[in-house]
Amino acid sequence: MEIASHQMSETGLPPGLNLPPSDGTPRVSIRNLNFYYGATHALKNVSIDYADRKTTAMIGPSGCGKSTLLRVLNRMYDLYPGQRAEGEVLMGADNIISPNQDLNQLRRRVGMVFQKPTPFPKSIYENVVFGVRLHEKLSKSDMDDRVEWALTRAALWGEVKDRLNTSAIGLSGGQQQRLCIARSIAVRPEVLLLDEPTSALDPISTLKIEELVDELKRDFTIIIVTHNMQQAGRCADTVAFFYLGELVEVGPATQIFTAPRERRTQEYITGRFG
Amino acid sequence: MADEPKHIVTSFEADLKRLRDMIAGMGGLVERAVADAATALLEHDPDFATRVVEADPRIDAEERAVEQFAVQLLALRQPVADDLRQVVSALKVITDLERIGDYAANIAKRSLVINRVASNFALSSLGQMALLVQQNLKSSIDAVGEADPQKAVMVWRADQMVDDLYNTIFRELITYMMEDARSITACTHLLFIAKNLERIGDHSTNIAELTYYAVTGEVLPDFRPKGDQTSAYVHTTTKGSA
Repeated sequence: MEIASHQMSETGLPPGLNLPPSDGTPRVSIRNLNFYYGATHALKNVSIDYADRKTTAMIGPSGCGKSTLLRVLNRMYDLYPGQRAEGEVLMGADNIISPNQDLNQLRRRVGMVFQKPTPFPKSIYENVVFGVRLHEKLSKSDMDDRVEWALTRAALWGEVKDRLNTSAIGLSGGQQQRLCIARSIAVRPEVLLLDEPTSALDPISTLKIEELVDELKRDFTIIIVTHNMQQAGRCADTVAFFYLGELVEVGPATQIFTAPRERRTQEYITGRFG
Repeated sequence: MADEPKHIVTSFEADLKRLRDMIAGMGGLVERAVADAATALLEHDPDFATRVVEADPRIDAEERAVEQFAVQLLALRQPVADDLRQVVSALKVITDLERIGDYAANIAKRSLVINRVASNFALSSLGQMALLVQQNLKSSIDAVGEADPQKAVMVWRADQMVDDLYNTIFRELITYMMEDARSITACTHLLFIAKNLERIGDHSTNIAELTYYAVTGEVLPDFRPKGDQTSAYVHTTTKGSA
């Protein structure tokens, strides 16, 4: 079994990159967002705030729009014709769904990790620096520091530090997923999107990712889509329940899982869903 | 909860129903014990008293069985929301029921003493109190079974009357003791019996509060109608006497 490296909490952002303490302003603010796949209305008038450096879990049955919302947050839908978003998705002063938004810039600010680990068929080192090279010109030693930092934050450094130049494909599923997280955070995004990041992992690897999420929210705003209620309860500060493209209820995880206000939320999380 | 859609996993639904049935079963035993204790006292019937004392281990065993089952449900089903509240409140309700069983047994034991030392004592106020307490206990157990928050609120309010009666009995018994020192033994036992009944009322109220929370997800306000003033009682009738 892999030994998790738990020294990560000692390693914050590199010096000079520390964010000021959260002042309570949401990192992302969505107002009246509508999304269409061609004629299909997939998100209906969604308004939600994602608190700065907190974890928000989005739950709901398949097809409820939660993954669509993640795709909106980094404009992945731009790759497909016929898909469009209306409304406002504000990060600071920028409406990131406006056509003027620089997509490269956006994807530096918003990192994403997918359901299945997606390492590039390159070395571990090259995987981590891949995004950094697109956005920053760093010296070799700075780049090495960044790799160590990202891998440490992703709780992977101890396991791979002696084989950084070996192929990432040789890592276990859990390690690959943590490598993908390292790759995402290496560019120091503001927001980290996790789309069912543990559904392909064994329980121990899953817990390691959850521990990581808890640790990473010190520096990043985390939005996680999960089908695992217990995971949402364990990881998230805030839980948002979506159904048929609507945001039904959003609230503190403790409230959602002990006394949800909406009947549909209650029926879904208790497993009484028609 | 009856009009709710069924759980997708039928066996989970069955488990929750079994939990409710187990509590109803334990509640039945406890109701029986309180009724028998009241009969033992009011009818001076030692057979009823024996029955209550003998039934107590069964109540305790029932409590352990429900507790074990509830823990199993938590571990294996990981319930959330109303299911979670139901299981957690079940764990607490059985503690209240078990205590009520203990109080009933104590009343029964004391009734045997009363039979020996004061079988002619007027017990009508205690009888009235016992009746009221039994009604509230029954309503609180029904509220659990029917998941009825309205019924729970009714019990929660009705406890005031039990407390009022207790205050009356308390003063009445003090008066008897002052009038005739030979009645102190009997009156002290009767006072404990009244206190036991009053505590049964409090535990019924707890059950009502737990049920209200389990069903609605909301907590009844901190202020509860509380009427037991005897803990602040100071005897003042000697004022002026030499």
